[in-house]
Amino acid sequence: MTGEIGQLALCLALALALVQAGAGLWGARAATSTSLDLSRHVARMSAFGFFAFIALAFGALTFGFVTSDFSILLVAQNSHTLKPLIYKISGVWGNHEGSMLLWVLVLAVYSAVMALAVRGGARLTSAALGVEGLLAAAFVLFILFTSNPFRRLDPMPFQGEGLNPLLQDPGLAMHPPMLYLGYVGLSATFAYAAAALITQETGSHWARAARPFMLVAWIALTLGITLGSWWAYYVLGWGGFWFWDPVENAALMPWLVATALIHSTLATERTGAFRSWTLLLAIAAFSMSLTGTFLVRSGVLASVHSFANDPQRGEYILVLLGLAIGGALALFAWRAPGIEEGTSFEPASRETLLLLNNVFLTASAATVFLGTLYPLLLDAVTGTRISVGPPYFAITFAPIFIALLLLVPLGPRLAWRKGDLVGALKLLAPGAGLALLAAIVIFAIHAPHMLAAAGAFALAGWLIGASIVDFRERWKARGAGVQSFASVLAHAGLGISLLGIVGTTLWRSEALEVLAPGQSMQVADTQLRFDGVTPRQGPNYFADRATLEVIRNGKQIATIAPEKRSYPAEGQAITDTSIRTNGFSDLYVALGDDRGGGRWTVRAYVNPLAPLIWFGGAIMALGGLASLWGRLRPNAVRAAPAE
Amino acid sequence: MMRAAILALLFAFFAQASLAQTHPDALTDPALETRAVELQKELRCLVCQGQSLDESSAPLAADLRRFIRVRIAAGQSNDQIKQELVARYGDVILMQPPLDPGTYLLWFGPFLVLFLCGSVFAVVVARARKNSRRQD
Repeated sequence: MTGEIGQLALCLALALALVQAGAGLWGARAATSTSLDLSRHVARMSAFGFFAFIALAFGALTFGFVTSDFSILLVAQNSHTLKPLIYKISGVWGNHEGSMLLWVLVLAVYSAVMALAVRGGARLTSAALGVEGLLAAAFVLFILFTSNPFRRLDPMPFQGEGLNPLLQDPGLAMHPPMLYLGYVGLSATFAYAAAALITQETGSHWARAARPFMLVAWIALTLGITLGSWWAYYVLGWGGFWFWDPVENAALMPWLVATALIHSTLATERTGAFRSWTLLLAIAAFSMSLTGTFLVRSGVLASVHSFANDPQRGEYILVLLGLAIGGALALFAWRAPGIEEGTSFEPASRETLLLLNNVFLTASAATVFLGTLYPLLLDAVTGTRISVGPPYFAITFAPIFIALLLLVPLGPRLAWRKGDLVGALKLLAPGAGLALLAAIVIFAIHAPHMLAAAGAFALAGWLIGASIVDFRERWKARGAGVQSFASVLAHAGLGISLLGIVGTTLWRSEALEVLAPGQSMQVADTQLRFDGVTPRQGPNYFADRATLEVIRNGKQIATIAPEKRSYPAEGQAITDTSIRTNGFSDLYVALGDDRGGGRWTVRAYVNPLAPLIWFGGAIMALGGLASLWGRLRPNAVRAAPAE
Repeated sequence: MMRAAILALLFAFFAQASLAQTHPDALTDPALETRAVELQKELRCLVCQGQSLDESSAPLAADLRRFIRVRIAAGQSNDQIKQELVARYGDVILMQPPLDPGTYLLWFGPFLVLFLCGSVFAVVVARARKNSRRQD
């Protein structure tokens, strides 16, 4: 029954999405205020209805997973009665069809919030709901035609095939919903931008209306990427945290463009500057989301993330991508000449720095785009296969991004329109001092002496030091509210992450040995005594659990227990690493192969400063939250500066 | 013939290595081992796309790691080994794509975009400055 309810709910949701699109767009062109009100009302009600039916469909599928209803093909393929409840639930989006349904559910939530909030006036809301409705309809059609999650299986099997053990992990249960909250949040921004172009209200109020949505999207993307990287760190078993894998890049591209967007919107909101550019960025950011969805969902990439290889799906998303991006760009090209610009500011001003931020972020995003898609294109056109790995990004992405990081501290310290560059630099002198100090210390203590290492630490010191200065200045004028600390947090988070990345890259120690019980190995200043391996049974797996005593300075300080797990239902094995952290440094141990006679391969790493990578990500997200908080307070609208 | 030779080499190498130490595949000479690690970081595991030979736990990657060490022990340079692997598997095995006409866009594209954006930036700032001065 639940399958049929879900299927029916999807069909009804499709109808409502079409109504929402029609009414919303009609309202955008309505001549009288009565017809505008009517169509806006219909669009809003459809948005609420769409949310209700999609939630019903999602609930039906979740019910199928939780009750292990193997008459639903998707449940049979991706679940198992012995799975713990949390992985039965996360199994809903641990596959292509279910994750697309999650995508649409998130879209429905955003639509409903847009309908509820009515930001930016009746006409803009109406048009934005219309555009959002079009997207919703396109994605529900995609699900119904190519990826139906409710397909039945007859005869019904007694047991399911289970879920990829790599995905049976709390971090990964959270990662897709977080990332989708980001990807799809950019659809709301896109809808407002398109609405501004349709209604020709291209001033700053669409940006103000879209701002909370882009902030939520940015926060979610930041957290989603951070979670994904952390997951890769502890699951893949060798302590790497970023691989420049196409699927990671698929999330990084929208993040880079969204970061550019939240910066350029600052200017658009405040002074009406860069109107057309901000509109273009809003379109580009969602295009990157769609590109990411295409890359991950079409199966053009071979990876843990793409569950199926179905060309029809790829073609559909590609057509959707072309229509959405092409349509929006055509609309932009048509309306752009009419957008008034005429901004005025001095070269030493916050506007200039925001533009520079956009220059470097656009180039970084383009680099990731090229590095990700070029191999696919080259293969398709010439049949030549190449790999674009970390060395490519070290040569292209790194210098561009470093230039950006150098400039980051200046922006918040320059006034709008006309700033005082010399004064700002004087104020930031302590930050530069900290950078210099970091460089000297690192150059002195690190052998061999490396200028690159000293430079990297100096850059992190510069970001963190300047954030401290910025904090002090803003504390003096703290009447402005929480949001004035947004940039302090976000930029400090950037510095903290950088510190983690540089520290762990530079000082990682690694040891790989075959140990018999009683034998020890040394990694950095830590000794590990291997006490052998004992079998253990989990809820749906068998594990070989190694016990190792951690000994430092002759004292035993802890016991850690990495495991190798094998999942009989899925027929797969994974390594479960054991990490002991003190907040500044990780001891990371993974169990390797059974070498016979009680001897096992053990891989151990000490990753100094590694925890800071994800801590920095969380701080950045907190910065986004501070900005959002300031905008959602009831009096925030009144406090916003007049145009 | 070639295959047989490699297998023989591998066999001879392991007979020695297993006697020499507990560390699974490492070369005894630390300088050579460093070279081997450096090389395996520059080569891609062909089975698991995203990872280098250094990181991968796939059997093929383990074979290639051994192959690298056999060749290094036989006195070949890292470049020679790379060339041989490229001849066998194609450019796809290199983590860093080669610079040739087919990849000019890939390599110069980022800086081209940076240059274009930079030019637009210069024009916009100059115009804004003119506007700002006119108002004063």
